[in-house]
Amino acid sequence: MNRVGAGLHPAFLQSGTSSFTEFVAAIAPEVLPVNTIQASPDLAPHGTTIVAATFTGGVVMAGDRRATMGNLIAQRDIEKVFGADEYSVIGIAGTAGLAVELVRLFQVELEHYEKIEGAPLSLDGKANRLASMIRANLGMAMQGLVAIPLFAGWDQARGLGRIFSYDATGGRYEETAFHSVGSGSVFARGSLKKIYRPDLDERGAATALVQALFDAADDDAATGGPDLTRRIFPIVMSATAHGVRTLPDSEVGDLVDAVVAARMQRPDGPSANLL
Amino acid sequence: MSMSFYVAPEQQMKDRADFARQGIARGRSVVVLRYAQGIAFVGENRSQTLHKISEIYDRIAFAAVGRYNEFENLRIAGIRHADLRGYSYDRLDVTGRALANAYAQLLGTIFSSAGDKPYEVELVVAELGVEPSGDEIYRLTYDGSVGDEAAFAVMGGEEDTIRTVVEQGWTDGMDLASAVQLAVRALSDGQPLLGPDQLEVAVLDRTRRQVRKFTRVTGQALTELLAHA
Repeated sequence: MNRVGAGLHPAFLQSGTSSFTEFVAAIAPEVLPVNTIQASPDLAPHGTTIVAATFTGGVVMAGDRRATMGNLIAQRDIEKVFGADEYSVIGIAGTAGLAVELVRLFQVELEHYEKIEGAPLSLDGKANRLASMIRANLGMAMQGLVAIPLFAGWDQARGLGRIFSYDATGGRYEETAFHSVGSGSVFARGSLKKIYRPDLDERGAATALVQALFDAADDDAATGGPDLTRRIFPIVMSATAHGVRTLPDSEVGDLVDAVVAARMQRPDGPSANLL
Repeated sequence: MSMSFYVAPEQQMKDRADFARQGIARGRSVVVLRYAQGIAFVGENRSQTLHKISEIYDRIAFAAVGRYNEFENLRIAGIRHADLRGYSYDRLDVTGRALANAYAQLLGTIFSSAGDKPYEVELVVAELGVEPSGDEIYRLTYDGSVGDEAAFAVMGGEEDTIRTVVEQGWTDGMDLASAVQLAVRALSDGQPLLGPDQLEVAVLDRTRRQVRKFTRVTGQALTELLAHA
């Protein structure tokens, strides 16, 4: 029986969950990614580094644009950072097909809850929901198909930007100040450690993230640096009290040009004080 | 031994329709009307939490009158239908027409099935077009009949008197404040005008930047809208 087609299936009228994932798992499990993707990790493109940092008044997240498949570059303009809803963003590293599907499902999950309950989930509620969705993918993680998200958003109750990281088993950890995930994350985090300051504004935090991605791309072959010839720049999104905003290409282009110009003078990037 | 008497099908249908109509007439009314930048939903509702108007999808909203538990059930079914479709196909493939048809089938089936009590509800499913000419307002009644309204729809208790006021005052391309004030005047039915705490107002707003065009107008914004000259 096609439950996605026309008409209202009787199951639609049953009272019960306000979770989209639980509802779909009960009535049309075949549309969930966890039940459809059966692939070997070598055949699936991988997305890489995601970075996020908080600033006074919000949080920013950025992701490079490269997807790799073994030693090949599978795509040079992939998008790995998305608005999860109007006050939170999600970036995802790992098996690209799975990652994009997980993000899509998470977006519907948040919106579905908000519409049915008439109020959005709290930021902690969203973060926990994401954890259980990753846990549902555990079977695939065991086969090597892992998608690890970084979640950040504006906490309306507490009036601040917050960042959450995850592991493949669904463990959820709140991060202070900044965090990175993906293959280039160690280099990005090292970079952020040296240049991040808590008093940055949105533009400052975005610049720090572009610097971190530059450093990640410098040392990790799977992370793409800014593509100056094609003008392909990292995706940068911010979440503040005014909601989620994607920084337009013109704005990110300016940041990238400034970073690259400075690196022409000092290729390793800005230097930190010794003490 | 129980005796069953013959009841003519016409009489049966009439009885069921009367039953549903009486239930609906007890409820307070809702007006849905087009304005230049979107579609406005205005209902008399003293509860701030039990909504009669709700978001279904990006450009689709729902309004209902009648028995709360019944239309709440239909509202949730509509959201599930829309989200499942949007997730399985694409966001653009969720249409108000498909949803109105789904509701019509359901209401029609229940109305004519002897075992069930007919739903005591009336619904409006409205979809915001990219251009004003693309706006769609579907009105559904308890028996599953669907009407496609060009400018506005009225449902609930004093439907006829309200419709007359809206009919006289509605003009194509009116702004949001005049549209809402017209609806409030119609709902108030000659009595002192209903205040912000007696109203539930929401819009599908074409000027909204986000993909989800539905917003509730509450608190200060609503007070200002009602006072707007």
